[in-house]
Amino acid sequence: MEFWSDLFEKFGVMFLGLAAFAAVVGIVLFLADRAPKRGRDFLQLAAFLSPALILLAVGLVYPAIRTTILAFFSRQTANGSEWVGLDNFVWMFTQPEITIVIINTLIWVALVPLLSTIFGLAYAVFIDKSHGEKVLKSLVFMPMAISFVGAGIIWRFMYEYREVGFSEQIGLLNQILVWLGQDPQPFLVNSPWNTFFLIVVMVWIQTGFAMVLLSAAIKGVPVEIIEAARLDGANAWQSFWNVTVPGIRGTLVVVVTTISIATLKVFDIVRAMTGGNFNTSVVANEMYTQAFNRGETGYGSALAVVLFVMVLPIVLYNVRVMRKQKEIR
Amino acid sequence: MSAPAAASVAAEQTSTRAIAVAAGGGKARRVKDRLTSPWATAAAIVIAVIWTIPTFGLLVSSFRTPEEIRTNGWWNIFVSPSFTLENYADVLTIQGASSANLGSYFVNSLVIAIPAALFPIILATMAAYAFAWIKFRGSAPLFVLIFALQIVPLQMALIPLLQIFSEVLGISGTFPAVWIAHTIFGLPLCIFLLHNFISEIPAEVIEAARVDGANHTQIFFRIIIPLSLPALASIGIFQFLWVWNDLLVALVFSGGTADVAPLTQRLAELVGNFGRNTERLPAAAFISLIVPLIVFFSLQRYFVRGLLAGSTKG
Repeated sequence: MEFWSDLFEKFGVMFLGLAAFAAVVGIVLFLADRAPKRGRDFLQLAAFLSPALILLAVGLVYPAIRTTILAFFSRQTANGSEWVGLDNFVWMFTQPEITIVIINTLIWVALVPLLSTIFGLAYAVFIDKSHGEKVLKSLVFMPMAISFVGAGIIWRFMYEYREVGFSEQIGLLNQILVWLGQDPQPFLVNSPWNTFFLIVVMVWIQTGFAMVLLSAAIKGVPVEIIEAARLDGANAWQSFWNVTVPGIRGTLVVVVTTISIATLKVFDIVRAMTGGNFNTSVVANEMYTQAFNRGETGYGSALAVVLFVMVLPIVLYNVRVMRKQKEIR
Repeated sequence: MSAPAAASVAAEQTSTRAIAVAAGGGKARRVKDRLTSPWATAAAIVIAVIWTIPTFGLLVSSFRTPEEIRTNGWWNIFVSPSFTLENYADVLTIQGASSANLGSYFVNSLVIAIPAALFPIILATMAAYAFAWIKFRGSAPLFVLIFALQIVPLQMALIPLLQIFSEVLGISGTFPAVWIAHTIFGLPLCIFLLHNFISEIPAEVIEAARVDGANHTQIFFRIIIPLSLPALASIGIFQFLWVWNDLLVALVFSGGTADVAPLTQRLAELVGNFGRNTERLPAAAFISLIVPLIVFFSLQRYFVRGLLAGSTKG
């Protein structure tokens, strides 16, 4: 019974929220509709634009600026916080634990886009125009739809380790090792290899993304060009490398950069699988731990700024390539 | 392509099927056969199986008895088949401090995700219309700024936004706090995607309405919304799944209790004590996966379309 009253109450809150939102938007648009002739254009523009702009200004622009400022202050205490200059950044690069966090993040961002794109591209080529293409696509794409936490749990079971003699293995990977006559391994505990096993999870998720985009791009390469290359004597590999790959270059860049950015921000996988223990933490996870578990707003903000600085060049590169492509078109 | 050319290409291949198709089939079929080799298909199937096994294994586990889950692997089901819904009943219905209590969290996830998908979509449609069809000074730079906001990592906004919610608005740890946070974080991408779509509505349609004396509000409701419905559906599904799957925003803004926190948060807690929750986790995970999986398999076309729009449109 408690569950049902709880349920009604929560859905009540939801409908109230939806109704309040509809009312506010409705009133704003209604007033814009009935605006006096003088200044109507401006009022209508404001009605359409200002809700989004105000939210973004208050919720994203101001906080981002404030975080940047907080990165130069100590943690917030009852007496406020004090200016510490670059101390938070110095801390980051002098504490061995945090240096590992940054190195881990660099390993992630080097490996995940590379492996996901290679697997995704290979798979897209393999299944292109094959029978059952749709089903094969769905299977690899599926991990993209589920949460990182869910994926983390799925792989926790894959990696689960039981000591020899204590019980049978319940994780498939260790069981395979046992079948092969090897000793089972605590995959998620042994540093530094555990970082690579976490990376596998992200690759498992992102390969589907790469595959779907690249598959669409491959279908966009004119069949005539590929046929012409074949007629000129190119074998499958040559026509792939010299015709298909240049033809999908733009998409490749988008895929690599998008996955890189997603990888830099990865948080849930580390949280769900190791909690950042055993030297597996990454910047996004450490930022949360410092800011919200330990109350170290200065350290947390500095880590957020580092994350932003890491994302920036990737995005700039992406924008530059896209602009060039537009010029070509 | 001429018949001799096709025949010569077909002859290069030893596959008799290719020749048969080249002789009788259409162009598409011929191309199809020449580009797919049995090796490629075999490799694809191997990859597909490897990619599916982890999820399949967890699904199988979720139907085994707690005792079995703890003591041996899911593949043993092929030797000693068993089936129980005990785990699902346990995590969904049993109430109490130490139980998974996922029923409440499932409701929370819905109550969070529905408004948090609708709000940004509606506000973004309005803003996208303004950028696409209302001329004003500073339109272009402002749009570029919003585009640029997409790249600001959430982490940059969390601490100050939480302070605003708790100290200024006093709504930290409530549903509205989570809705507003998701709305803000979803807006830049939604505006960008919808602008791409809305700006491509033929100008004649809008002009005709203007000539008939329609103002912006009327154009918005009578033309923009109906014509954008497919795009709204795609982006809405995407935003819904994003919110449903999110953990970070939930952790920071929901307060972490069964009153507000979503499934992902509870799952993260359960998996944090893997040893104690081993037999609950497979069923618990699938309860959170079922909604995305249904959305994914039933609306895959929209899902893929949203994805393609989001990443290849310049």
